Amino acid sequence: MPITYHNLHLTRLDGAIPVWEGEIKPGDLPPVCQNVADGGGRLLALWGSDARGDAGERGNGFALHVVLVNEAGLICLSMALDAVQPVYPDISRIFPAASRMQRAAYDLLGIYAHEGHDHRKWVRHGAWHGGSFPLRKDFDAAQNRDPLSNSLSKTTSHSTRLQETAAKSLVIPQAGERTNEKGNLEPLEPDAYPFVQVEGQGVHEIPVGPIHAGTIEPGHFRFSVVGEKVLRLEERFGYTHKGIEKRFESLTLQQGAKLAGRVSGDSTVAYAWAYAMAAESIAAVTPPDQALWLRALFLERERIANHLGDLGDLGNDVALSFGFAQFWILKEQVLRNNAALFGHRYLMGKIVPGGVAADLTEAGKQTLREECAMLEREVRVLRGIYEEHAGMQDRFIAAGRVEPKLAAQLGLCGLAGRASAQAWDARVQFACAPYDRLDVQMATYRNGDVAARVIVRFDELFESLRLQREILDHLAHDGELAIPLERLPGNGFGVGMVEGWRGEVLVAIHTDVQGNLTRVHPHDPSWQNWPAVEHAIMGNIVPDFPLINKSFNLSYSGQDL
Amino acid sequence: MPTYQIIRQIIRTGIKTEAPPLPDEAMRVEPQRLQQEILRAFGGALSIRQVDAGSCNGCELEIRALNNAYYNIEGLGIKFVASPRHADMLLVTGPVSRHMVTALKRAFDAMPEPKLVVVVGDCGCDGGIFAANGAGGAGESYASCGKVSGVIPVDVVVSGCPPTPTAILQGILTAIGAQKT
Repeated sequence: MPITYHNLHLTRLDGAIPVWEGEIKPGDLPPVCQNVADGGGRLLALWGSDARGDAGERGNGFALHVVLVNEAGLICLSMALDAVQPVYPDISRIFPAASRMQRAAYDLLGIYAHEGHDHRKWVRHGAWHGGSFPLRKDFDAAQNRDPLSNSLSKTTSHSTRLQETAAKSLVIPQAGERTNEKGNLEPLEPDAYPFVQVEGQGVHEIPVGPIHAGTIEPGHFRFSVVGEKVLRLEERFGYTHKGIEKRFESLTLQQGAKLAGRVSGDSTVAYAWAYAMAAESIAAVTPPDQALWLRALFLERERIANHLGDLGDLGNDVALSFGFAQFWILKEQVLRNNAALFGHRYLMGKIVPGGVAADLTEAGKQTLREECAMLEREVRVLRGIYEEHAGMQDRFIAAGRVEPKLAAQLGLCGLAGRASAQAWDARVQFACAPYDRLDVQMATYRNGDVAARVIVRFDELFESLRLQREILDHLAHDGELAIPLERLPGNGFGVGMVEGWRGEVLVAIHTDVQGNLTRVHPHDPSWQNWPAVEHAIMGNIVPDFPLINKSFNLSYSGQDL
Repeated sequence: MPTYQIIRQIIRTGIKTEAPPLPDEAMRVEPQRLQQEILRAFGGALSIRQVDAGSCNGCELEIRALNNAYYNIEGLGIKFVASPRHADMLLVTGPVSRHMVTALKRAFDAMPEPKLVVVVGDCGCDGGIFAANGAGGAGESYASCGKVSGVIPVDVVVSGCPPTPTAILQGILTAIGAQKT
């Protein structure tokens, strides 16, 4: 049992990783969270679901779902919420990472953290108006479109159209908004958002984005600076919100796998595996051994490709374009081998519920062994150059520091966490098959600066190459690739978690009575790590921001959903 | 001393750049809008502003791969620029999220004439997997406007999920009508 608490009864779910599930009463949530936090545990994810159509006791209202993690495993807590006043106790004071998740849960479902300290909107800009909630089952997209979001039409007649449910729900006005006579929220100006303002002599703001200078995803950064020094950074995301969670609800299990692989394109393998793991947990099935080895091969190849790309970009950001040229040649060779051997450069669609959709021939194994040898040789040379390059190290060392203590408070995870002494790696702590047979070596450093995040990438790159070699030795000649998994059982709940290259990728699936997807929540490690970027930049100079940001390389699409 | 090692590594690596693909007129969705003379002028040097209007980041990976030594897009006189005011072409990935409509339109409006728009990826073509393409029409949902051509005029589309760098390069070269061999 991962925790003992008098009111809490947990049951272990089937599946590849240790997951416990239980119902919790509102009053018990903060003490249980505190209990887990005191034991060194963290918050993994928080989301809500509309349970108003469900059978049984929960069918009266909404539900809140919180996933905590400690050394023993994942603890999934569900809380029934009232249909009219869906309120739950705030946990962002215990886990600061909860704040944005709670705000998103309000924007999307209208469930509300009582006594939370930040109630500004998070993923909602203007695509729908405040007081209507897309993840409610009775949400009508056409009725609730906020014309301000689409300047093709300039009408503002939405105040006359109002849904009954919205009128009955808890509506929280925010700065820059007012409640109209029908109980809907209206922005005073298009997409108004109350940024925290820094005042003082010589302080000015630099707004950046949503479109950034380079070829990267959109998001807004608001810097408060004095001269070149950054006093404060505030992030504003939600620009790539494209309704992924709502979309899952109308898809079959197989279509859902395709969508899961496109939550964040750079982590398609991690998401597809986590989704499959959640589905397999509900169905209580285990994929064939060959499929599990191939999944691990795909995941390590995704890590190799992304780390190679990032190491090149980090060279580029300190004006060592040689580094970019070299590492991206290596990355391209990995991608081309993926295309030649598995049929997709990023391995999209190669992990399916029940198994995998690609195999490896003997000749293919030989190609990958040769690739491993080539990469080890080349990356060793490049690592030597990076380490000895004084100008580069001068930019890397002490830039964008996140101290281990702060990292622990914020729940920093993944490779950025490991660069700040947060020794979490799902491949080590919750080694699902086949990682239980691989003995993954975790890379951790204490400095928490750009240099540390670079070294972690180098270490993990070499470790992934070692793992790839071992996996190739274990792969059978012609094993079974998948077991049929057409439909899921009804009223099911399952969680999958995979250590992607960026950090822990989690996917939770709820099914309805017939076994259809009724709620799917994909959770990116960027939720936890973006707030740390706000801290990392403080006291640094504006020109170092691209470098610091790239050293984290977090996802926008993965957290905007 | 890294300088020696850097030079040694560059020589050891050699030249990786491959021949660019030929233009493919089948990728064009609008009849050529610009006069041949203008396109010939573009053909020598083109500046691209890339806008992610809501993609999953998959297409961005492949667009960025155009800068690697194999595709060496800068070697063709084509470069990515930071401001739409410096750009001849907008390279857009989708689906267009409703939250990005304003930014996308502003970027397009900020570009000087004559200008070209190339859409990269299935989602930018028809909304992709992020919306139902049945009764609702152009791949729309409460959060997504779907295809890029519903928001700004489009010259060329490159389908794929994500399209390969070669296909993207082909789309770009088709738009400028470049007859490079």
